[in-house]
Amino acid sequence: MKWINAIIKPFTLDDVREALAEAGVQGMTVTEVKGFGRQHGHTELYRGAEYVVDFLPKLKIEIAVTDEQLERAIEAISTAARTGKIGDGKIFVIDLEQAIRIRTQEVDADAL
Amino acid sequence: MRSKLARLLAAVSAAALIPCSALAQTAAPAKLDSGDTAWMLTATMLVLLMTIPGLALFYGGMVRAKNLLSVLMQCFAITALVTILWVVYGYSLAFDNTGMTAGTTNLHSFIGGLGHGMLAGLTPGSLYQTVPEAVFVMFQMTFAIITPALIVGAIAERMKFSSLLVFTALWFTLVYLPIAHMVWGGPGSFLGDLGVLDFAGGTVVHINAGIAGLVGCLVIGKRRGYPTTAMPPHNLGYTLVGASMLWLGWFGFNAGSAVAANGSAGMAMLVTQIATAAAAIGWTAIEWITHRRASVLGIASGAVAGLVAITPAAGTCGPGGALVLGFVAGVVCFFSATSLKRKFGYDDSLDVFGVHAIAGIVGALLTGPLAAPLLGGFGTVTDLGLQLWIQFKGVSFTVVYSAVLSYAIFKGIAVTMGLRVDEEQEQIGLDLALHEERGYNLS
Repeated sequence: MKWINAIIKPFTLDDVREALAEAGVQGMTVTEVKGFGRQHGHTELYRGAEYVVDFLPKLKIEIAVTDEQLERAIEAISTAARTGKIGDGKIFVIDLEQAIRIRTQEVDADAL
Repeated sequence: MRSKLARLLAAVSAAALIPCSALAQTAAPAKLDSGDTAWMLTATMLVLLMTIPGLALFYGGMVRAKNLLSVLMQCFAITALVTILWVVYGYSLAFDNTGMTAGTTNLHSFIGGLGHGMLAGLTPGSLYQTVPEAVFVMFQMTFAIITPALIVGAIAERMKFSSLLVFTALWFTLVYLPIAHMVWGGPGSFLGDLGVLDFAGGTVVHINAGIAGLVGCLVIGKRRGYPTTAMPPHNLGYTLVGASMLWLGWFGFNAGSAVAANGSAGMAMLVTQIATAAAAIGWTAIEWITHRRASVLGIASGAVAGLVAITPAAGTCGPGGALVLGFVAGVVCFFSATSLKRKFGYDDSLDVFGVHAIAGIVGALLTGPLAAPLLGGFGTVTDLGLQLWIQFKGVSFTVVYSAVLSYAIFKGIAVTMGLRVDEEQEQIGLDLALHEERGYNLS
């Protein structure tokens, strides 16, 4: 099993969710986050006072998938979240050791 | 020079450009006019709307989220406090005309008597010109409320609430009331007798408050972290809503200052709209040219600058003059609120000086020449230079008086009870630190 941790542009969320559903992903967790990468921040100007805003709003989506689903899930996110402009985000993949569904006590693939 | 002044004064008084004292008018036979009364009841409510919630939201949106309630609270509390002081002695000190004679300068040219404390003698039948005196008391009260509330913007995000209340009471008593009396006290009042044109309070309200704001922010010091830490406005939506309410309410302020539902009120309304629009466009245009963007904060600030600038001129300038006046105010205030502030490094947090004092001065000076029929005005001014000089004297006196007295009051409070919250309270934000409430309980 793999744990996918992806940072995306907020407005691509709906497309990403749909693409992941088509790829067979059954659930996801979304968090509003702020950060910077190559895009850096932007400047804001209020009555002549200029502020550099370093951290830009992004969404972090977290999903657990089986090894077989991984490729399709990555494909789904990369396609749906891609605008081709700087700041589209990143996908991180981590090994996932265990998964348990609390209600039924099912484990691993059955719990996803 | 003296005879020229006297002639001008006579002409100006004849045109009734300076509102005469209530108490003088009650003696003269007058008849209530229901049209005038209906309009003045309405105008009074509009001017109250300017402070709560207009000014409160205009300022509230510009501070950081942790200080929103503190600004709303300051405006609301000032409204209540000044109302009480106005009733107890304010109206009397501002509008009592005991011992005043046109052309004679004595103590009562500077401050009224206490004979009408607790509104002594006021009955439902008392009249001011053609409206109930009770309405006039209320109308003028709303002006007395907004003036100290304007100062709040200069010391926002760092002043103790208790100190602000003490400051408000002292400043209202020692600065607002004397200046209001000197301009609007009727024949024998110091600035009124000079022939200073101030239709709706550019000098009394805006220059007065703007200068006090500058002095206040210098005495209290900068906010911690200014100007290196980002302190962007937290909700410019509030600010634009507040500016819109100020714009609307200002029709009560300016057209109401005719104290009648007549042609002068109608013209005041028109020139107010024109100057405000011109200033909004002026500020935005110069911002677009110099910063390559047109901002919401900019257009709202420009509109307020225009409203301030037209205030003294609303009774005398024509539509063309209003266009010029507004545009000049918008452009000049853009520079005073941006470049000037940064150059000198003072932390006039919400630009009370940069917008109200500067637009007030631009408006007060231009009111002189723009009152001349030669420049499309409706005043009786024929000597443009002379009237400009009279306006300049009025502005200078107010600037010096307000600066000296405001400094003394701020300094006095600083050394006794202290002006500022401590570092931790400032860090936490005044909403939680002083009022134990949050503006936003989201989630």
